[in-house]
Amino acid sequence: MAEDIVVDVRDLRMRYGRKDVLDGVSFAARRGEVLALLGPNGAGKTTTIEILEGFRMRSAGQVSVLGADPAHAGEVWRARIGVVLQSWRDHARWRVGELLEHLGAYYAPYSAPGLPRPWDAGELIATVGLTEHARQKVRRLSGGQRRRLDVAIGIVGRPEVLFLDEPTAGFDPEARREFHDLVHRLADRDEATILLTTHDLDEAEKLADRILILSGGRIIADGSADELSRRMSTQAEVRWSRDGQRFVHSAQEPTRFVRDLFRQYGESVEDLEVRRAGLEDTYMALVRQAEYAQEPTAEAARRFSVTG
Amino acid sequence: MNASLTAARLGYRRGWIEFKQTLTNADTLVPMVIVTMAFLGVMLLTRTTTVPGTHFSLGTTMLTSVLGMSIGVNGLTSMGTLLAAEREDGTLLRAKAIPQGMTGYLVGKIVTVSLSTLIGVAGTLVTGVFLFSGLALGSAAAWLTLIWVLALGLAATLPIGAVLGSLFPSARSSGLMTLALGGIVAISGIFYPITHLPHWLQWVGQVFPFYWLGLGMRSALLPTSLVAVEIGHSWRHLATLGVLAGWAVIGLAVAPWLLRRMARRESGSSVAARHEKAMLRAR
Repeated sequence: MAEDIVVDVRDLRMRYGRKDVLDGVSFAARRGEVLALLGPNGAGKTTTIEILEGFRMRSAGQVSVLGADPAHAGEVWRARIGVVLQSWRDHARWRVGELLEHLGAYYAPYSAPGLPRPWDAGELIATVGLTEHARQKVRRLSGGQRRRLDVAIGIVGRPEVLFLDEPTAGFDPEARREFHDLVHRLADRDEATILLTTHDLDEAEKLADRILILSGGRIIADGSADELSRRMSTQAEVRWSRDGQRFVHSAQEPTRFVRDLFRQYGESVEDLEVRRAGLEDTYMALVRQAEYAQEPTAEAARRFSVTG
Repeated sequence: MNASLTAARLGYRRGWIEFKQTLTNADTLVPMVIVTMAFLGVMLLTRTTTVPGTHFSLGTTMLTSVLGMSIGVNGLTSMGTLLAAEREDGTLLRAKAIPQGMTGYLVGKIVTVSLSTLIGVAGTLVTGVFLFSGLALGSAAAWLTLIWVLALGLAATLPIGAVLGSLFPSARSSGLMTLALGGIVAISGIFYPITHLPHWLQWVGQVFPFYWLGLGMRSALLPTSLVAVEIGHSWRHLATLGVLAGWAVIGLAVAPWLLRRMARRESGSSVAARHEKAMLRAR
């Protein structure tokens, strides 16, 4: 299934001066997969995504997006990529519909059989819930509305790969849910491959097929939300009640514990709950573990410089 | 259809849309009108003063020179500041994220700035015809000269404006450019005949396009007798052509390379960093 790999990153390195921002990052994404890049500030999320977008040169490593190296890919490649940018003041005097229509028109020559480009501007505006504002000037939009316009601009060319850097920062819960629906639709119906960065664990869990946790320029975990928590949690919390009394127990092997519980008490066990560590616990544990692993060298260096 | 052709066509549309925006938004229209009125005011004050050695109105002479100057200043500063500002606010990055978006963006800018310059020149000229006497607009040659000076003036200054715009780190620092231009304009014989400056300053003034744009417009719109005031008692059309074409060639040779370099450096985080810096200043 090699042709199904849309994004392929191997041993990606990025160095600014003497600091390694990315220190050997490798991962791949298949067609239609939604990948979330998670990690603390300064972990290298934005740098990674900008290298994949072709907006930033890398120091070393191999990168392939839709079979091409983003650093040297041409306009045909560009037409198959969608980038959701954070707007600030750009195109402030343009009307919402007018701008989307204009930017979309650049994609028309890149239509392929069965893949007409761009999306109809009116339909897309409806999809992101801006129909009422279509005739309004961009500068009159609220922060959330502007962000939805950013998303619309990012996907107007019907991208096969979509990059989003912190797409829902500043969204209210309703806009966030609508955005999640939109991402699911793009991935499921159009088989778009989506790579997004986020701070929001809940969002990563809801959206992503796979989560990559980046810390200190390395990928420290790669898997579905479920897999990650399974990998991390050695303990699960088991709660139940019996004869009106509530019990809590931490179990190394919850399955065996529950089997024993039923063998012993049978029908009188009620309100049974088995809870593994959530993504947040997993994330915190993983990041702390990674930081701890890097700590001793820093500590040693400090000690060395004091004595030396 | 060919993708670059589509992008160029879209650039024209973009230019037209943004030109209409400059005319319908108070924040761009008001300064344009104020500057034009200020110049017309100064000219009106000097309407009865005569050009030294003639009986011709200094105000009328100034009107034609300012027309020439405004072509150059518009081409340089509008192009330069727009580019610097739109790099800062992320417009350029958006263009970069779209196939052939940069082509469309640049064509758009050229169209917008050219149209704004044209309407500025037309507005000043029409007002001037009513307020000032002595303009020689009757011959076809006058109009022909006006058109080629205008076209060549834009060709000479727009690419240089793009060069300056891509060199300035921020929209704020492009204000320095406007200041420096003021100095150059002052020695370009726009407000007073250049022949009254020290010799060496005359030479400096003649390096830049503003002097030649002023001279070209004077040659188009003033009676032939006024040629007596100019350097060498000649309108020097060939030299005008040469200097303006020279600037155009230099600009067109350097601009694409610098623009590509500037575009290559744009990314989401560089826009975000500038945004943050601008916000800190605003606070």
